[in-house]
Amino acid sequence: MASLARVSAGRGPDLGLKVAGIAVALLLVELFTRSGLLPERWFPPAGEIYAEFFRLAGGRPLWVEIGRTLLGWATGLGLGAVLAVPVGMVLGSSRTAFRLARVVIEFCRPVPPVALIPLTVLVYGTGLTTKVFLVAFAVFWPMLFQTIYGVQDVDPVATDTARAYGLGTFARFRTVVLPSATPYIATGLRISSSIALILTITEELVVGTPGLGRAIIVAQSAGGTTRMYALIIATGLLGWVLNAAFGALERRVLSWHPAQRQEVAR
Amino acid sequence: MTRTAIDAAAGGRTRPASRANRRVGRALRLLGLSLVVPAVLLAGVWWWTGQAGNFYFPPASEVARYFADLWLFDRVSGDVLPSLGRMFAGYAIAVVAGVVLGTALGLFRPLRTAADPVVQFLRALPPPALIPFALLLFGAGDWSKVFIIALGTVWPILLNTIDGVRGVEAQQLEAARSFQIPAWARLTRIVLPAATPRIFAGMRTSLSIAIILMVVSEMVASDNGIGYFVLESQRSFAIPEMWTGIVLLGVLGFVLNWLFVVMEARVLFWHRGLKGNSDA
Repeated sequence: MASLARVSAGRGPDLGLKVAGIAVALLLVELFTRSGLLPERWFPPAGEIYAEFFRLAGGRPLWVEIGRTLLGWATGLGLGAVLAVPVGMVLGSSRTAFRLARVVIEFCRPVPPVALIPLTVLVYGTGLTTKVFLVAFAVFWPMLFQTIYGVQDVDPVATDTARAYGLGTFARFRTVVLPSATPYIATGLRISSSIALILTITEELVVGTPGLGRAIIVAQSAGGTTRMYALIIATGLLGWVLNAAFGALERRVLSWHPAQRQEVAR
Repeated sequence: MTRTAIDAAAGGRTRPASRANRRVGRALRLLGLSLVVPAVLLAGVWWWTGQAGNFYFPPASEVARYFADLWLFDRVSGDVLPSLGRMFAGYAIAVVAGVVLGTALGLFRPLRTAADPVVQFLRALPPPALIPFALLLFGAGDWSKVFIIALGTVWPILLNTIDGVRGVEAQQLEAARSFQIPAWARLTRIVLPAATPRIFAGMRTSLSIAIILMVVSEMVASDNGIGYFVLESQRSFAIPEMWTGIVLLGVLGFVLNWLFVVMEARVLFWHRGLKGNSDA
C-alpha cells in the first residue's frame, strides 16, 4: 500500500534502515541456500541467481518477454477501464439504472476470472485475445465499483450550486462530476493494474501464451532452476515498478483533493 | 419523532397502517425493479443457447442437468472438499501471519521502515509466478497449493493490519498508559479492536484472491479439485461438464463473499455507522 512507503519516504535514517532491511533479507536467502536447508539441486546459491538475473537483463530475450507481458497487461487494463468507466458513470448517476443492474453485478463480480480460462481458450484460442479478454474481465469490476463510488460521492452542494448557476447537464458533468470522480478512478486503476498483472502471468502459465509466465514454466521444465528464479525476480520487479508508477499517478491526481482519499486494500 | 413532525407539518397521512402499506408497496416495487434485468437475461440465455446449437455454448437446460448429475453430490467429496480445504488452510495461515506480523510492524516504526522494501517487492510479485517454486519446495501435493494461497493472500491483510494499528487514536493509548494498563492488555483491548475494521477489509480482498489462487494452483499441477476438473473437461472437449465447473466456481465465489459479509456484520456490529464502508 502506498501509505507504507509514503510515511517513511525521504528521511535520511530511513534510507539506512531500508538498505539494512534489504540486506537482512538477502542474507537470509543466502544462508538458507548455503546451509543446505533447501536442497541445492533445486535452490542454487543466491549469488548465482543474481548473476543470472543480470546476465538476462543485459540480453534481448528477457525484454522481449517483458514486452509481451506488458502488451497483454496494458491492452486488457485499457479495455477493461474504457468499458467500465462509462458504465460506472451511468450507474453512479442514475438510481434506477443502479437498481436495475445491481443483482446482475453482484452475481458476476465474485466469479473468479480464472474460472473463465478454459472457456476463453476454446473461443479465442491461445493467443493475445485470450489474455486481453481475461485481464479486461478481471479489471472491469474494480474499475466499475470505483467509478460508481466516485460519482455517488459527488458533493450534493456542488451539484446544486452548479445547477443554480444554470449549468447544463453536460457542463455539470464535466466541471463537477468528472473531477470529483477522478481520484476514485485513479485508485481503481492502481488496484486494477496489479490484478491485471496477476491475470496476465496466470494466463501465460496456464495457457502458455508467450510472456514472462510461460518463460518461468519453460525454464522450470527444462531444469533451468537458476533461470527460473531470475525470471521470478524480474516478474516481481516489474510488478513493483508498475505499482510505484500507479501510486505516483494516484498521488498526482489526488494532490489537489486529499479529502477525497479513500484507502483501499490493494 | 422528526418524521411524524414532518408528516404532520406537510399535512400528510400520519396513520401508521397506511404508511406501512406504502412502505411495503415501495419495497415490492424496488424488488421488482432489481429482478427485472436478471430475469430477462436468464430467459435470454436460456432461449439463445437452446436454439443456437453452438458447440461451445450448450443449451442451459443441458448444463443444468449435468450440474445436478455431477455436483449434487457425486463429486463433492472428490473435488469440492479438497479445493475448499486447501483454500481455507492457506487463508487461515495468511490471516494469522498477516495480523501478527502486521501488528508488530504497525507498532514499531523502525521495523516497518526496514521491512518496507521487501514487503513492497513480495507484494508486487504476482503469486502465480511462484507456483513453480512451490512445486519444487513441496511437490505437487496439497501443501504447495496451501503455500501459494497463503503467500498470495497475506499481503492485503498485512498491509491493512499495519494501517489499522497505526490508526489507533493516540489519546486512547495515552489514557491507558497513564492508568498503568499493562502493554498486553493495551494491545488486546485497545489496539486490536480498533484495527479490526481494517483487518476485515483486508480479509475481504484476500478472500477473492484466495479463490483465484485455489483455481490456478489446481490448473497448473493437480489431480483433483474444481480448477483441475474445469481444465480437464475443456481439454477433453466435455463442454457441458466444463460449464458446470464454471457455474460452480461462480456460485462458490458468490456464497463465500456473502458469508463473509454476514460474518463481518456480526463481528463489527459496533462499527456500523461509525465510518463509511470501505470495500472495493
